[in-house]
Amino acid sequence: MKKLKKLLSIFWVFFRIGAFTFGGGYAMIPLIQKETVENKKWITDDDILEIVAIAESTPGPIAINASTFVGYRVAGFWGAFFGTLGTVIPSFTIIFLISFVLREFQDIKAVQYAFSGIRAGVLALLIKALITMYKKAPKGLVSYIVMAASFIIVGFFDINVLYVIIFCAVFGLVTSLLAERRAGK
Amino acid sequence: MIFLELFLTFLKIGAFTFGGGYAMLPLIQEEVLAKGWASEEAIINFIAVSESTPGPFAINMATYIGAEMGGLFGSFCATLGVVLPSFVIILIVAKCYDKFKESKVVRGCMSGLKPAVVGLIGAAILSVAVTVLIPSGFSLAIFSQISLYVSLAILAIGLVLAFKKVHPIIIICISAVLGIASGYILN
Repeated sequence: MKKLKKLLSIFWVFFRIGAFTFGGGYAMIPLIQKETVENKKWITDDDILEIVAIAESTPGPIAINASTFVGYRVAGFWGAFFGTLGTVIPSFTIIFLISFVLREFQDIKAVQYAFSGIRAGVLALLIKALITMYKKAPKGLVSYIVMAASFIIVGFFDINVLYVIIFCAVFGLVTSLLAERRAGK
Repeated sequence: MIFLELFLTFLKIGAFTFGGGYAMLPLIQEEVLAKGWASEEAIINFIAVSESTPGPFAINMATYIGAEMGGLFGSFCATLGVVLPSFVIILIVAKCYDKFKESKVVRGCMSGLKPAVVGLIGAAILSVAVTVLIPSGFSLAIFSQISLYVSLAILAIGLVLAFKKVHPIIIICISAVLGIASGYILN
């Protein structure tokens, strides 16, 4: 009974976080910190730093990484399950309903004009996001070469993004192991 | 079988997206455009919708494409696909966090992945820019098209506002108003 209550409480906390974070990803971290550290005292501030570090080095959306990890820490597998479910449901429901609205209104002239303006606005948001990511990325010659090479290969040649991702992971591994070996000598 | 295809495609996208936010965009373009599930314009429109609604971009995108292609069950399959890799991997990592933290292999791979993601998003944005600014393809005629200059003006205003840390929803609203106004004035 106590366990069930805890699971419901995990679900409810992440449901609220999912329902009130706009933009997703890192925007969610402060909210997770407030709910799970300050209010519920399930985890500590150090755990939050850990979660960010893990989310950065595992695939998938940061929000899902964080809710799975916190849920697991608090109540094992089912905690992870209900935390993730809570994060997904608000988003899923809202977008599923909106997809009907979008289909219904897309033929209206004013909506088409609005979206042609919005697309230019979105381009601005994407450029801003790219510059922010660039500032956070590792510096150094090898990093800049990887950045430029992946940009050119995918931007100007018809090469699959997946291959580039796999190749860059292997490349990073090899160069860091080589650098370590050289430092060890 | 569209449901299985939705699940597997988004499973792949979920498993290979490193880093938050728009890190998923290059993979979405690769997989979703190639399958003809959505046009590039529809994806850009949806980015605006996703910025204006709560929830992670990845979940929103999977739900939307799933709904377009296979209704409620399609949405479910796509969303399950994008969530599952992350869920399983975190469960494993949570069990052996200390080993994971000290792993030279993970750190080495990430040192290559982090800059790669920046380059890949750059390439994705280049393709978005082409769609937004020159929708009818590149030719000298585009320089005489007034719609190019309208888009460039909205882009410039959007950039200034974005760097002044104006909220994305407000930027989207302003772009919409400018789009409607210029649409009715020009046509």
